[in-house]
Amino acid sequence: MSERTVELDVLRYNPETDKEPHFQRYSVACREEWVVLDALNHVKENLDPTLSYRWSCHMAVCGSCGMMINGEPKLACKAFLRDYPGLIRAEPLRHFPIERDLVTVMDDFMAKLARVKPYLIPKQEKPPGGGEYRQTPAELKRFKQYSMCINCMLCYAACPEYGLIPSYLGPAAIALGHRWNQDSRDGGRDQRQEELAAKEGAWDCSFVGACSEVCPEHVDPAGAIQQVKIRSTVDWYQQHLMPWLKK
Amino acid sequence: MEIIETDVAIIGAGGAGLRAAIALAEADPKLRIALVSKVYPMRSHTCAAEGGAAGVVKRDDSLEEHFNDTVGGGDWLSDQDAVDYFIREAPRELVQLEHWGCPWSREADGSVAVRPFGGMIKERTWFAADKSGFHILHTLFQTSLQFASIQRFDEYYATALLVDEGRCVGFTAIEMRSGQMRRFDARAVIICGGGAGRIFPFTTNGAIKTGDGMALAYRAGVPLKDMEFVQYHPTGLPNTGTLLTEACRGEGGVLLNKNGRRFLQDYGMGPETPLGTPVFKTMELGPRDRVSQAFWHEQKKGNMVPTQWGDCMLLDMRHLGEKKIDERLPLVRDMSISYMGVDPVTDPVPVRPVVHYMMGGIHTDIKAATPLNGLFAAGECACVSINGANRLGSNSLTELLVFGRRAALSALEYLQAGARPARDSALASLAGAEQGRIRELMQRTGSGETVAGLRKAMLHLMEQHAGIYRSGEGLTEACARLLELRRRYRKIELHDKTNVYNTDLLQALELGSMLDCAEAVTQSALARRESRGAHQRLDFAERDDKNFLRHSLAYHHASEAPRIGYCDVVITRSQPGVRDYSGHHE
Repeated sequence: MSERTVELDVLRYNPETDKEPHFQRYSVACREEWVVLDALNHVKENLDPTLSYRWSCHMAVCGSCGMMINGEPKLACKAFLRDYPGLIRAEPLRHFPIERDLVTVMDDFMAKLARVKPYLIPKQEKPPGGGEYRQTPAELKRFKQYSMCINCMLCYAACPEYGLIPSYLGPAAIALGHRWNQDSRDGGRDQRQEELAAKEGAWDCSFVGACSEVCPEHVDPAGAIQQVKIRSTVDWYQQHLMPWLKK
Repeated sequence: MEIIETDVAIIGAGGAGLRAAIALAEADPKLRIALVSKVYPMRSHTCAAEGGAAGVVKRDDSLEEHFNDTVGGGDWLSDQDAVDYFIREAPRELVQLEHWGCPWSREADGSVAVRPFGGMIKERTWFAADKSGFHILHTLFQTSLQFASIQRFDEYYATALLVDEGRCVGFTAIEMRSGQMRRFDARAVIICGGGAGRIFPFTTNGAIKTGDGMALAYRAGVPLKDMEFVQYHPTGLPNTGTLLTEACRGEGGVLLNKNGRRFLQDYGMGPETPLGTPVFKTMELGPRDRVSQAFWHEQKKGNMVPTQWGDCMLLDMRHLGEKKIDERLPLVRDMSISYMGVDPVTDPVPVRPVVHYMMGGIHTDIKAATPLNGLFAAGECACVSINGANRLGSNSLTELLVFGRRAALSALEYLQAGARPARDSALASLAGAEQGRIRELMQRTGSGETVAGLRKAMLHLMEQHAGIYRSGEGLTEACARLLELRRRYRKIELHDKTNVYNTDLLQALELGSMLDCAEAVTQSALARRESRGAHQRLDFAERDDKNFLRHSLAYHHASEAPRIGYCDVVITRSQPGVRDYSGHHE
């Protein structure tokens, strides 16, 4: 098993004891197959029990371990050491307040997610005894991709608009709102559109596309945002130029 | 100390906790519900479940067959009245989840698709590709956001239940962000804290699965039931322990030894079935306990493939073809490539059995109630028991829905029966004592006992002595040394004495939970002098219905080993018989 000593620079910040964040360097004896999270766990267990970060599943599905690795938003459990030949720098996700070390405050997203009403608003109510709604594989495919969001916040860390305009709803929340709009069982688009198509919704996006590039689940929030814009444009034309048409 | 007053408080916001919260909010919009979790709900380990959730839905299937599969699969240690309730409620719950928008995979006609699973005689496992648990969790979490009465307390770690006059009336919890302790006053408490797989070093379980919910109840005097039954999932990646779902075999994947032989046929799970056409309840669709045990024997014979991570068998899915693998098992392919460098489309994947699930847990009855008034439990942390000595794959996702809801309804009935408010003086003194305990832990110095040191010792013991096959000698040693570790734990010293998001403190508290759970496992295993389901004793190789057709109950003791007692198994219509996985189905 090949080993390698990795120089790991980790951003440290404890609001109780530090005025400013600072980097701390650890030399970590790593196995070549490891991911950055393994190296952090090695530090925590053997070198420095005071280091704080979030993690759980180690399989890129719980979304806990998002952080900046050499300046890019990554899941630490899917950032392979083999892809980083030199020094590795780990920092908390950009654009979020630091709670401590690599732990960020994510209240903003939690509030925004609730605003897009990310749940089924049924076209027609069905009692549980009435069996399932029919949904063809093609109908499932229309929204499935957007339902894969693990809320890891990498897209917010990558989004330059979110950095500039903190009130921007942001990629994951819009993609999840869009996910429900695209669901054949759902009839709640009008309710969600108030948030999604608002000034601080999709229209704040300048279509840089960084969100889709960093998404570990290939959700393509950028595509979702553009579709929301198109729908809201159609809505606008129908309301203002063709008011006799029903939406 | 800040006090949060609520009607029902739920500890744990994974599948069971969220299902309970929604059931309460729907039943009575005026109810104040506190949903308290040490992680954000979507980080809960339900998200890692892959294969699916069982529930009878197809015309050729029947509740009776689901009952028989579950009871036989559990080696007759399941309570049959609980299994009956479970299988009857299962389809309704899965449809309910569909009505909340869960993206279940579909047939061409738009109906929900089902797949075969180990130990099941019909196709009845509902799935969302191979991220079923993830979609269930996120569907529940997002659905819960529409209920204003569900107040969430994300990243609060519950440290102790508050018990006054024989009733559970709340708990204390540390808010991670501030490090401050809060007192939750509740008329009823539901624990949905998940399993304890992290007491073993090689596990599919995420870092958060440290048995905290089990330990909370255990220390408050509620026994832990059937803790010796620990499920090994046969197919984990050998380096990380990452789960490759049983659906790999449900879809037609096969297990090979180093000679290319489908060796399960040599362990009572044959004759061999045709490649690519899986047959229910035999060969690769045998139950998890039997398949993992077959691996152990093959390894002893030297028939496994040596790798740098230990001996492995090969999971061969090549004959499924790229299209089917990408459609049905995309996560499996992605993880095999990224973590092992093996593409299942072109090569067999080396795998080995890995600790996956605790059949045991908090002693609850069929209504999800514990023996402690006002305390309920559901999900992996609870033991109803429907899983008996061996859980069938895809029963547990359904279980957390069925019993999450049941716990909510029972808590509601308990409130309606007139649960008295607790005495404030009693609450204050109990919470004050708990705060004192944590403060003392934070300030302690000079012992040199560390979280990492004690945890490593515990993991080693569990791996050595509480694995797929156990012996009286090994278990005796493990018990003695775990008791010693628990005593050393009382002197443990933290490096980090600060308040904000102190994971040194968090891990110390989690280690306390794990040591309690680990000792309950080994003591119950030592006392069970028979082999049944996932509990296999080299020195007592046979099932012994005369003496051990009963549930074990471990009772906590603050400084000594737990006392082990027993209670009867509920048998309604299926008498213990032979578990037949030869494919000769009636």
